[in-house]
Amino acid sequence: MEIPEEEFLAPGHRACAGCGATIGVRLALKMLGENTVAVSATGCLEVITTPYPETAWKIPWIHVAFENAAAVASGVERALKSQGKSDVNVVAFAGDGGTADIGLQALSGAMERGHNIIYICYDNEAYMNTGVQRSGATPYGASTTTSPHGKESFGEDKPKKNIPMIMAAHGVPYVATASISYPEDFMNKVKKAKETDGPAYIHLHQPCTTGWGYDPSKTIELGRLAVETGSWILYEIVDGEFKVTYRPMQRKPVNVYLESQKRFKHLADEEKERIQNYVDQICAELKI
Amino acid sequence: MTSIGATVKEPGSSKNYKTGSWRTFKPILDKEKCIDCENCILFCPEGCINKDYDIDYDYCKGCGICAEECPVKAIKMERE
Repeated sequence: MEIPEEEFLAPGHRACAGCGATIGVRLALKMLGENTVAVSATGCLEVITTPYPETAWKIPWIHVAFENAAAVASGVERALKSQGKSDVNVVAFAGDGGTADIGLQALSGAMERGHNIIYICYDNEAYMNTGVQRSGATPYGASTTTSPHGKESFGEDKPKKNIPMIMAAHGVPYVATASISYPEDFMNKVKKAKETDGPAYIHLHQPCTTGWGYDPSKTIELGRLAVETGSWILYEIVDGEFKVTYRPMQRKPVNVYLESQKRFKHLADEEKERIQNYVDQICAELKI
Repeated sequence: MTSIGATVKEPGSSKNYKTGSWRTFKPILDKEKCIDCENCILFCPEGCINKDYDIDYDYCKGCGICAEECPVKAIKMERE
């Protein structure tokens, strides 16, 4: 795949060293190109890219509130449409908190109304911007500041909310999962989302050095481990047709992924086994 | 037209803020060893490695992803 050279996110942004979100946004914008308007929900990305009076965005960008990225994107899309501008991409970037919890109703509405927008959820599996509080997308067993492990608890006790499938249930034309560690797969999906007439949703898995607790140099490696262990599955649903887009050659034990992060370090064998069984079950269904 | 809220009129103005001072370890690329795979360019969170594989140390925060993802180990991390 020919990868455009141009960058639409400037350096100097205040992301942590080794940030996965900025990698995802850079890659997505390369595919979307300059004829794009971006919308952000409140979250890491908003805070690190727009330290007023500076901005890292080289394309028009707007932020309103935490809960309404999809509603703002809907409005931008309709405004452009009424001006007769049909060749402009409207993309919303929101974190897992802004998607799975706080922004879910606005997102559901936008999907239902069928706006021609691309919604990319960069999922680092907790509220990292405010100090690692759990979100609906926090996986089972993860220790966060609001689901801490200790004598009484092994961390988050609920499974990760399956947002891409909730989006698919809206019957939108394009839904995909992706990972920053598989850039060609991700960029291909962004390209398809761009070409889709109607709402497109991409759920981008993105390791977070600060919240997950690992060395910043391992961001890509962690994302890869999530996929290679079957903890995160890369698929797309085009007009209701489900297809796995990447299958690991040989699935690694989930332990390899869990043990390389501080947030899972406390887990006892019993919980690890429960996680492995859960992953096995999903992978068996999908023949991974 | 009245503007509501804050507006920033200079695109990409964060480049005025140099994040290179955050760095503890500095990536040094051996161009002789480089096989032009673009991994470091794609995976850099700052987007500060250009197509000629020149690393912009004004912005590099020293995360070390480039060194980690280089398939031929052409990038070494050296203490500043």
